[in-house]
Amino acid sequence: MAKHVVAAVGEIPPGTRKLAQVNGRAIVVFNLGGEFFALNNRCPHRGGSLFHGRQTGLVESDGPGNYCYSRQGEIIRCPWHGWEFDVRTGQSWCDPTRVRARSYAVAVEAGTKLVAGPYVAETVPVTVEGDYVVVEA
Amino acid sequence: MNMEVRQPERGAKARVGIFDCDIHPKSSLEDLRPYLSNRWWDYLQTYGQRQRHGYVKGFPYPKSQPLASRRDSWPPDGGLPASNLDFMREQHLDLYGIEWGVMNPLSPTGQGEQNDELSAAMAFASNEDQLERWNRREPRLKASVVIPYENSELAVKEIRKRAGDRRFAHVLFLSRTSELLGKRRYWPIFEAAVEAGLPIGVHVFGSSGRPMSNTGWPSFYIEEITEHSASLAASVASLIVEGVFERYPELKIVLIEAGFAWIPSLGWRLDQNWKRMKDEVPHLRKAPSEYLREHFWVSTQPMEEAEEPDHVIDVMEWIGWDKILFASDYPHWDFDDPFLALPPSLSEERRNKIYSGNAKALYRFD
Amino acid sequence: MSNALHSIDCDVHPTVPDMKALLPYLDDFWRETVEERGINSLETVTYPPNAPLTARPEWRGKNGRAAMAASELTAQVCDRWQAGLAILNCLYGVGLLFSEDMAAAFTRALNDWVAKEWLDRDPRLRASIVIPTQNTEYAVDEIERCAKDRRFVQILVLAMQETPLGRRHLWPIYAAAERHGLPLGIHAGSTYRHSMTSLGWPSYYIEDYAAHTQAFQSQVASLVCEGVFAKFPGLKVVLLESGVTWLPGFLWRFSKFWRGVRSEVPWVDRSPAEIVRDHFRLTIQPFDAPADPDQVERAIDHLRSDAILLYASDFPHWQFDGDETVPAGIPAALRRKILVDNPLATYDRLKNP
Repeated sequence: MAKHVVAAVGEIPPGTRKLAQVNGRAIVVFNLGGEFFALNNRCPHRGGSLFHGRQTGLVESDGPGNYCYSRQGEIIRCPWHGWEFDVRTGQSWCDPTRVRARSYAVAVEAGTKLVAGPYVAETVPVTVEGDYVVVEA
Repeated sequence: MNMEVRQPERGAKARVGIFDCDIHPKSSLEDLRPYLSNRWWDYLQTYGQRQRHGYVKGFPYPKSQPLASRRDSWPPDGGLPASNLDFMREQHLDLYGIEWGVMNPLSPTGQGEQNDELSAAMAFASNEDQLERWNRREPRLKASVVIPYENSELAVKEIRKRAGDRRFAHVLFLSRTSELLGKRRYWPIFEAAVEAGLPIGVHVFGSSGRPMSNTGWPSFYIEEITEHSASLAASVASLIVEGVFERYPELKIVLIEAGFAWIPSLGWRLDQNWKRMKDEVPHLRKAPSEYLREHFWVSTQPMEEAEEPDHVIDVMEWIGWDKILFASDYPHWDFDDPFLALPPSLSEERRNKIYSGNAKALYRFD
Repeated sequence: MSNALHSIDCDVHPTVPDMKALLPYLDDFWRETVEERGINSLETVTYPPNAPLTARPEWRGKNGRAAMAASELTAQVCDRWQAGLAILNCLYGVGLLFSEDMAAAFTRALNDWVAKEWLDRDPRLRASIVIPTQNTEYAVDEIERCAKDRRFVQILVLAMQETPLGRRHLWPIYAAAERHGLPLGIHAGSTYRHSMTSLGWPSYYIEDYAAHTQAFQSQVASLVCEGVFAKFPGLKVVLLESGVTWLPGFLWRFSKFWRGVRSEVPWVDRSPAEIVRDHFRLTIQPFDAPADPDQVERAIDHLRSDAILLYASDFPHWQFDGDETVPAGIPAALRRKILVDNPLATYDRLKNP
């Protein structure tokens, strides 16, 4: 596992996501209100690209006919069959114990620290002035 | 795009060209205009289509995703999913090495339209459009003969126009016909299809005008999509028991997008009751399951997902490895990725039959 | 008690000779109505009287009908086939009537007739409460009335109704059923509110009979999707005379779609396949089986549950020949469960009379 710089923090404003290539893998990086999360882009069901899905909220219920909607933006649904994954943990909603999208540790690092190394910045130029999103994969 | 994810795998798996029996190209009403008379163009502008479910646009069981399509299938030019041929090539045909695909346009085709003549006019237009805007530019895409199936006289006319044209793969029905498919009113259509040497493709959906199930209207979209296998079972039983295959021994039927796990059980049930009640149906000279085996093919999509994957293999074995045809259903959300849809434990031989061998034998495209 | 039992037959059918038989159980007005309006029979074409499926030839009496009396039924079901208990599901066509009041009156009479002419005659007999689904309040009234007699062990409805059974306007029925510990029995049959199939009326009876499995599928989907088991976690449902082998394939499709479309019905909080295994039971006749007994065992594997099958002969319907009450190929290890354990676990009142 190595640390990869995937973006300058400003490139992924809160509520958005970015598709990055890390170590030959497609990884989708989310910003939920300033916190960053990273999931393997490939849906564990049949390989759909999660980045192209809809970022939505959690739909739960306390009884038939009641729709409780919360955690807006914290669920990513596969653009194909619609499976729901918790952005924070990668767990699927339909089978949380057995099916998950692989998640990766993400941190925000200052440019000054990154310049000291070790890191991999395949496509992102790093300067000491900025903060960067770093994925461990 | 899924293309970036797929590239490394493609090289490994594209040994056999894939025959995809269910692709849904999207044309607009404007695209059909050159093939419609003024009378019907004006009619469409003023009164529009009326398709037995009540809405001008959309459905009373709203789809789970816009246009029931994959969210990544909307082309960059801003058009609708599967409206852009270049994008379809990039995202589907070339990506997966689709050697040959059958187009089953769903709209606008006029199938199930309340007005028979409008339905016939739109069927003609849809067929011309498939040839001109799709097949001519992309010969890998074969057309289906869209027909106004609720009026067999007009449907037969359209089939006869297209007979002998090898750009057409099969005659297209939607599954929710207003009567069971075995009923005599549809027989002239089967006769014309057989004369033309074309199988019949029955694709799920449409609006029969009857409640969605034989116990009334369900509430939810999930019930609607689950129910397709039940209504298709009724039409399959009808085709068999009415003696359609005694009358038309050459007739072949492809069941598209209804799944396939229900097929063996239907055969067992019909056989059991036929053994006891043969006197009701003296015109049947074989067990119902034999007609089922000989005259029906099933498409793979949506691929069955059992808790134990071996169980799906059991069912495929019971149906027959030569009766199963790969289908993607591109661009719909319940799409099956050609590289990932089939059970991984299948032998190469069976895989190849499903990907292409069976379609080649059925559709006689060499 | 279970040690003494050879088997429990969960689906047998008493035959109502004609409406005259119900007259003693109607009040003055309804008795007068039957005679004044010439209402002779409520027999349905679900089982045409002379059709082979309706009764085996050797069980038909002089008048061509079978199961006309309790002694006739118990002789076959309990004596010959050794069922220690048998549950009567009366299919007389009260469910087809449109007048809610008439339906309620005739249904009351029917249940009373079953109690008097059948349950009273043999202590081995039990019955389902036929309910008038035409009117939910009347249906609940009938459950409350008949539940007092603990020989009634189940609620009975026909598989094809005006609306799918999961719909909320029917929920007071399930509340009452759950309250009394009575499973909901859904039996092959129709109230003929819609065509036999979703695509119209078949030409042949063989097709009509095949159509019931389609209704069972829609009912299972409806009960699960509408959240009946979220609201009534104690409710059990028995699918009577459904055919059995349709279930696994249906559950695969239903569960597959649920995984993607879950948010439409978020109160369905686990896979439909799990909910069905927990809440539904199926009687084994007819068993729409492959001809090869090895395949039968495989088909049973697909059900993924030892608890789901209940023994039934479906007497006097002609589903098998000779004394082959249990289809060949059903593993020996399952027999005891199917014959006794599963029925006892399903019907509380059989354990606690």
